[in-house]
Amino acid sequence: MIKATLARLQQKHRTIAYPDGAPPPLPDRFRGQPLFDTATCSAGCRACFDACPTGAIDAREPGRLDLGKCLFCTACADACPQRAVTFSKNHQLAARDRQALVVARSAAAVEAAGAALDAKLKKLFGRSLKLRQVSAAGCNACEADCNVLTTVGWDLSRFGIQFVASPRHADGLLVTGPVSQNMALALKKTYDAVSDPRIVIAVGACAISGGPYVGHAEANGGAAALVPVDLYVPGCPPHPLTILDGLLRLIGRIEDKKR
Amino acid sequence: MNELAALTNGQSVGLDEIPTLSLPDFGQAILSGVAARQRVSALFGAAAPGSAATRLYAVLADDEQNMLYAAAADVAGGEFPSLTPRCPQVHLFEREIAEQFGLRPAGHPWLKPVRYCRSWTGRDAWGRPAGEPIPPAVGDFYRVEGDEVHEVAVGPVHAGVIEPGHFRFQCHGEQVFHLEIALGYQHRGVEAALAGGPGARTLPYMETLAGDSTVAHATTYSQLVEELAGCQASARAQAVRGIALELERLANHVGDIGALAGDVGFLPTASFCGRIRGDFLNMSALLCGSRFGRGLVRPGGVGFDLDAERAAELGRRLDAGEKDASVALELLWNTQSAMARFEEVGAVPRHVAAELGLVGPAARASGLDRDIRRDQPAGIYCFTHIPVSTCETGDVYARAYMRGLEIEQSIAFIRDQLHALPGGAPRAPVRALATNRFAVALNEGWRGEVCHVALTDAQGRFSRYKVIDPSFHNWTGLAYALRNQEISDFPICNKSFNLSYCGHDL
Repeated sequence: MIKATLARLQQKHRTIAYPDGAPPPLPDRFRGQPLFDTATCSAGCRACFDACPTGAIDAREPGRLDLGKCLFCTACADACPQRAVTFSKNHQLAARDRQALVVARSAAAVEAAGAALDAKLKKLFGRSLKLRQVSAAGCNACEADCNVLTTVGWDLSRFGIQFVASPRHADGLLVTGPVSQNMALALKKTYDAVSDPRIVIAVGACAISGGPYVGHAEANGGAAALVPVDLYVPGCPPHPLTILDGLLRLIGRIEDKKR
Repeated sequence: MNELAALTNGQSVGLDEIPTLSLPDFGQAILSGVAARQRVSALFGAAAPGSAATRLYAVLADDEQNMLYAAAADVAGGEFPSLTPRCPQVHLFEREIAEQFGLRPAGHPWLKPVRYCRSWTGRDAWGRPAGEPIPPAVGDFYRVEGDEVHEVAVGPVHAGVIEPGHFRFQCHGEQVFHLEIALGYQHRGVEAALAGGPGARTLPYMETLAGDSTVAHATTYSQLVEELAGCQASARAQAVRGIALELERLANHVGDIGALAGDVGFLPTASFCGRIRGDFLNMSALLCGSRFGRGLVRPGGVGFDLDAERAAELGRRLDAGEKDASVALELLWNTQSAMARFEEVGAVPRHVAAELGLVGPAARASGLDRDIRRDQPAGIYCFTHIPVSTCETGDVYARAYMRGLEIEQSIAFIRDQLHALPGGAPRAPVRALATNRFAVALNEGWRGEVCHVALTDAQGRFSRYKVIDPSFHNWTGLAYALRNQEISDFPICNKSFNLSYCGHDL
């Protein structure tokens, strides 16, 4: 007992102050939304488009980007002869609407701000949201950064949000992975086992669009192919802060700020 | 062994230098190698050049001699003789060949699908009609009969935030007679998609083969490309890769020990380690912006340099992480009530671990003295040696304690590298790949041996790219560990292996 107490004193209180205080510092090399300085584009250059592994970049309109497909992988930045691609430090990337993830060129901030649930759902889930996590061919990176939210550092349960062991205990699903064919039935059954009203949150490029597995016959290109999605959290994987921000805005715990 | 092609880790040979043996000679070569304490690192099929046949390739690892041996054999008909009855460690490789190429390993004692998907050849080893869906984990399971025997089925969707898989226990009361594990839910078709590469998606595939082993897989891939393209990553890039690989090991090992503590209800270490794991992930993010090392390892070197200021900051964070981790771990090791739950649970004896071909900390916990970083070193590990520890008991305690020892060694390794970071450009240009080559690269990921084999065609594209995640070797070890255990000990047995589902299912 004394050893445990001493260890506890050594480890200190480490839960982040966010959202009442400052968010934990992001690494200086953190890659948020890619920003395209299209003013320097030379005519006919398709280097970023050709380099993108997932087709996130629109070939017709320079700099137009689908954040739901983006792996934040630096391929476009490395390929650009003008060095015109940079990454914003903005971690707030989640959106309620899939189309809102498609952002126009060189936007300084994502227009993809996730809005809160409507009044009825917010009343139901705003103070207590229980989620069943379904990994459907996720690579264990999105899963790990959802898991980390439950550690003492992030302490997700102080917001009334918890991952629960059964869909019968859940208000919704948090889906990761491109949804392999071999997980399609399990995802559908898990969704059906959650009672109405229920929500679905798609975390990571795979769950939003299929990620690197878009177009694979073995996968379904994300959760929306099987279940209706209420919140999209882009990233590969999204930083825990990006996931937390999406969840908190969904339940109306933090308001959208003008950025 | 003279008839086999010899190469070392990270080397390639011409495809025509790999001897094509008769099937009996091929089988005998594998059996003789294993009898001489070699391991089967890879055994897989590929389309035989210029014919409809399937060519089998084997890569044997001789850890004592720091050598790899490769051989091939063509399968003309619809089957080949199974080696599994005499060499259990190939059992899953043969099932995989059956599934991918529709060839029956004749005499295989447990010929079931691996990933529940269609073959690449149109043939089907089980005679399943084309066009019908293949539902995962549907089929016969090993069954124990008897009035008081009951069956427990778990998964694919589990209670925690983890990947999907199906576990079928044959129980007598609380005692598990047998556990059969059926996977394949995570199958994304990666190997088929890698053929024809390298392309824009090849690196994202590598980085997500097993997302918690991004650095291990991306490094192994990059070593293959560098060998095939005839370029070399600088000493500096190699050192940064080594640092990243050890950070990956630290984060996962610390997380695993915390999860084990949590599963026996010892919450102090569970909550400390959950947070400390994040501190190590954030050190990876310090290197490259991603907590999982995404974007760091690139063919030709690394995508991000480690400048002096950053190295100093990493050193400071490492010191703090070491202090926190050692306090959290010491508390666990000194708590008898927690240790009693780990000891003599889920033991895999040394001879079983050897027969099953286990790798990584699970193998070392059972007394098998094997570690790619020492036995078949590549990159920075050629210059800096990491001491290898083993345990004897092979139980949950040993697998946990192994991780504790490896945490200390990884921290010491990173500190050494930071103090003497070599010079050189972070990234060298990569040219086109050599044609008609066969290349093998191995790395010791945190779960064990990551093995990639690349075959190039006449245009320098991958005609076949084979990935073997350490989990592919080790899942059977978990099944064995459950024999005669309490079913309530499954969570700690499972966590003590902590295997990858997607790395297995690909």
